Amino acid sequence: MRRDVFQAIADPTRRAIITLIALQAMTPNAIADNFHTTRQAVSKHLRILIECELVKQEQQGREIYYSLEIEKLKEIDQWVGQFRKIWETRFNQLDKVLSAIKKEKK
Amino acid sequence: MKTNLSFDFTVDKTTKTVFVTREFAADISLVWDAFTKQEILDQWWAPKPWSSKTKYMDFKVGGRRFYAMVSPEGQERWSLQEYTSISPKTNFKMSNAFADKDENPQLPGSDWDLNFSEQNGTTTVSVTIYNESRERMEKMIEMGFKEGFTMTLASLEELLAKLSQR
Repeated sequence: MRRDVFQAIADPTRRAIITLIALQAMTPNAIADNFHTTRQAVSKHLRILIECELVKQEQQGREIYYSLEIEKLKEIDQWVGQFRKIWETRFNQLDKVLSAIKKEKK
Repeated sequence: MKTNLSFDFTVDKTTKTVFVTREFAADISLVWDAFTKQEILDQWWAPKPWSSKTKYMDFKVGGRRFYAMVSPEGQERWSLQEYTSISPKTNFKMSNAFADKDENPQLPGSDWDLNFSEQNGTTTVSVTIYNESRERMEKMIEMGFKEGFTMTLASLEELLAKLSQR
């Protein structure tokens, strides 16, 4: 199955995990403490986030820490606004075209 | 250019519908022409730095517009639109689909309904897009992106700003 950033954020728990580890790198246990679901469920979400390359893991001593790939996250951010932006830009361009035509006519 | 003309953009995830409404400081004839004449359409349809290149446009019921969005690097993304209903200066409907350079549409596409009305020299255009075909867009709508993630995103933006200061 193809994994991408959009899939990563399709789930509310994963969105919450993203927000959580955006502040600081955390261990799976520390992350799971923030949710009322099982550790297995959180692990599964973390695995998907890693597969989507939105989260990276780092070994520090005995513990594995999960942190956010900020650059990857920006991709989403850019896309979200893109569709709206297309229309905004398009219509701002139309404003200019309309006023140019109106001037010509005068 | 700063204007106080209203702009509204909403997405209905259950019906996979996109609504865009915008006011223009021009009379309805002019705005209608801007949407239905290729030489005007090509001037504004593509968001810069992309440009719009219409190969042909036959604005009549059953007629088609075959055009490309051209990237600054010259990459062409073709689309095929077919006009299904036209009420001059009031409404027109069309189907819209991405296509290859040989005019083969990638179905299913989306269905567009465009309404025009004028009041005191200001023209309002309401665009409704059903089954927005853009794969990503559809995905986003299914995800409830507009509704569910905007808030998270706003706070995320703050976070990113903070993080980048480090």
